Amino acid sequence: MQPITQLHSTTVVMPSTNIDTDQIIPARFLTVTTKLGLGQSLFADWRYTSDGRPNPDFVLNRADAANSQILVAGHNFGCGSSREHAPWALLDYGFRAVVSTAIADIFASNALKNGLLPIVVDPATHGWLLEHPGAAVTVDLEARNLRLPNGASVSFPIEAFARHCLLNGLDELGYLQSKLDAIAGYESAHSV
Amino acid sequence: MTARTMFEKVWTAHEVVPETADTPAVLYIDLHLIHEVTSPQAFAMLAARGLPVRRPDRTLATLDHSTPTSTEQIFGNVPIRVDAAAKQVQMLERNAADFGVELFGMRDARRGIVHVISPELGATQPGMTIVCGDSHTSTHGAFGALAFGIGSTEVGHVFATQCLLQRKPRTFAVNVAGRLAPGVTAKDLILAIIGKVGVSGGTGHVLEYRGAAIRALSMEERMTICNMSIEAGARAGMIAPDETTLEYLAGRPRVPRAAAWDEAVARWRELASDPGASFDASVDLDAAQLEPMITYGTNPGMVVAINAAIPMRGDDPIEKKALDYMGFSGGERMLGKPVDVVFIGSCTNGRLEDLQAAARILRGRKVAKGVHLLIVPGSQQVKHAAEATGLADIFKAAGADWRESGCSMCLGMNGDTVGAGQYAVSTSNRNFEGRQGVGARTLLASPYTAAASAIFGKISDPRPLL
Repeated sequence: MQPITQLHSTTVVMPSTNIDTDQIIPARFLTVTTKLGLGQSLFADWRYTSDGRPNPDFVLNRADAANSQILVAGHNFGCGSSREHAPWALLDYGFRAVVSTAIADIFASNALKNGLLPIVVDPATHGWLLEHPGAAVTVDLEARNLRLPNGASVSFPIEAFARHCLLNGLDELGYLQSKLDAIAGYESAHSV
Repeated sequence: MTARTMFEKVWTAHEVVPETADTPAVLYIDLHLIHEVTSPQAFAMLAARGLPVRRPDRTLATLDHSTPTSTEQIFGNVPIRVDAAAKQVQMLERNAADFGVELFGMRDARRGIVHVISPELGATQPGMTIVCGDSHTSTHGAFGALAFGIGSTEVGHVFATQCLLQRKPRTFAVNVAGRLAPGVTAKDLILAIIGKVGVSGGTGHVLEYRGAAIRALSMEERMTICNMSIEAGARAGMIAPDETTLEYLAGRPRVPRAAAWDEAVARWRELASDPGASFDASVDLDAAQLEPMITYGTNPGMVVAINAAIPMRGDDPIEKKALDYMGFSGGERMLGKPVDVVFIGSCTNGRLEDLQAAARILRGRKVAKGVHLLIVPGSQQVKHAAEATGLADIFKAAGADWRESGCSMCLGMNGDTVGAGQYAVSTSNRNFEGRQGVGARTLLASPYTAAASAIFGKISDPRPLL
């Protein structure tokens, strides 16, 4: 994985609350056996009309949304299933971070393992972002803060080990494998 | 020694390396359940790195999500209609063979929904850590296991190391006093709990369902409760093992035998939270006050008693968006709204007791004209038991569509879908937009309510039919 230290991008705003994984990528697109190309199915039921054409009212189909790497979404983003296809689809489309006031546990865990930053901010910051779609913001993973164009700098929580892995381009499996002796010891001590 | 919760006991017993400020815990996983949809990328990672599955003996595979439910496609010579699904099935068959993992294949009498078959086999046991690339893994918490859904990257981690990196969740007591009234089921109870806690209220927590109402539930009812823990945002849900648990497990194929059984039972009896153990959060409900519940919106927390009206929430954009999608308005009553499809099945309500409940309503009655009642057993064992005890005959006589087991219309991956704009009363777990098909409108309810609604062709209170 490529190390991540900072992101600079304009935002795309989807204010709906509880955007679930069935919206992020509907189940009918899960009949794949790789992680590739899922970006075209991202938000499929909102993004395309029933005849398969882009829905002009959907935010990602607007010209000013192109090239944005940061999705600002309503409260409780990513609730629902454990499908890692959800962060894979967001990443394949081009997003590198999701900002909300709450992000569902399994989604956030999956996102971190793929280099998609789940960023939880306070309601006031979130409110400002919702009201300023297209704002140019900086996500600083090293400093653990989000900087807004109005000069505000807001810190965000992020699990320490996941951050370490992202900053250094490490994958978590390598760390787990470094514990194989302890794992074998556990197995023999517990007769499992 | 300080009083500990059941969660803390199970967690601590599985810490290979405890967590620190800089690193999560290395948590040992006793049982890894896999299926065809979330495993291919994890097997591909193993293959790319030349790694084996470390503990194939602690890994069980089944086919459920994308598999057809038509008998011809499973037992006949008709190929699986959806090509991509056929490819997923073949890939799991090949991966299971290559990596030495036990697979309940397409025609195996033990195949079924992953969260139905593991308890049936007795593979799910109290005190275990159980994971699966599926959010409804919380189901297994009904046995006092710590069971939760993981992503495909983590499936790969468990394959390679039999461990996961985890931060310790917080604890949340759901205290349910009283006793459910006749016609009010475990499904109604969990919907009421989610309505009260909210769809993100459990985030970061492991729920423990406690109290007289929970103790009175059968194991299958407890599985329905724990299954939907994730719909409150929770990491997992747990219920302390007791005599009901032991009675369910005794004699199942994969439980310990003889002296080993006695030793296991002694350990399991120590699992319940100690008196005075403290929880990080709690909520209290009275089961006796509950009525049959039904959802009206697009998440499981948007739920009302069946005789109630949809709440009037004015211009709340969340409610408005949901009601627009559903074609409903605040203030309307749920009873009497027309129904096109009824689905009875899923890991939430696809077990034998659920089918027995449906049969109580359907016996000697006919499904309303124009309604498609699809009944999909949770496993082939459930299917055979339903056929052996005459339930399937009751369903067929009523005009229901009786199928082979699988996830089916819960998420519509296999082609069993609800049409755009149609209303489906469903015993499954999610009423998200488009979950059961593009444009489908889902109303979550119990098997009783679903069956009664199929009979009348409209949303109906099942109690007069019981």
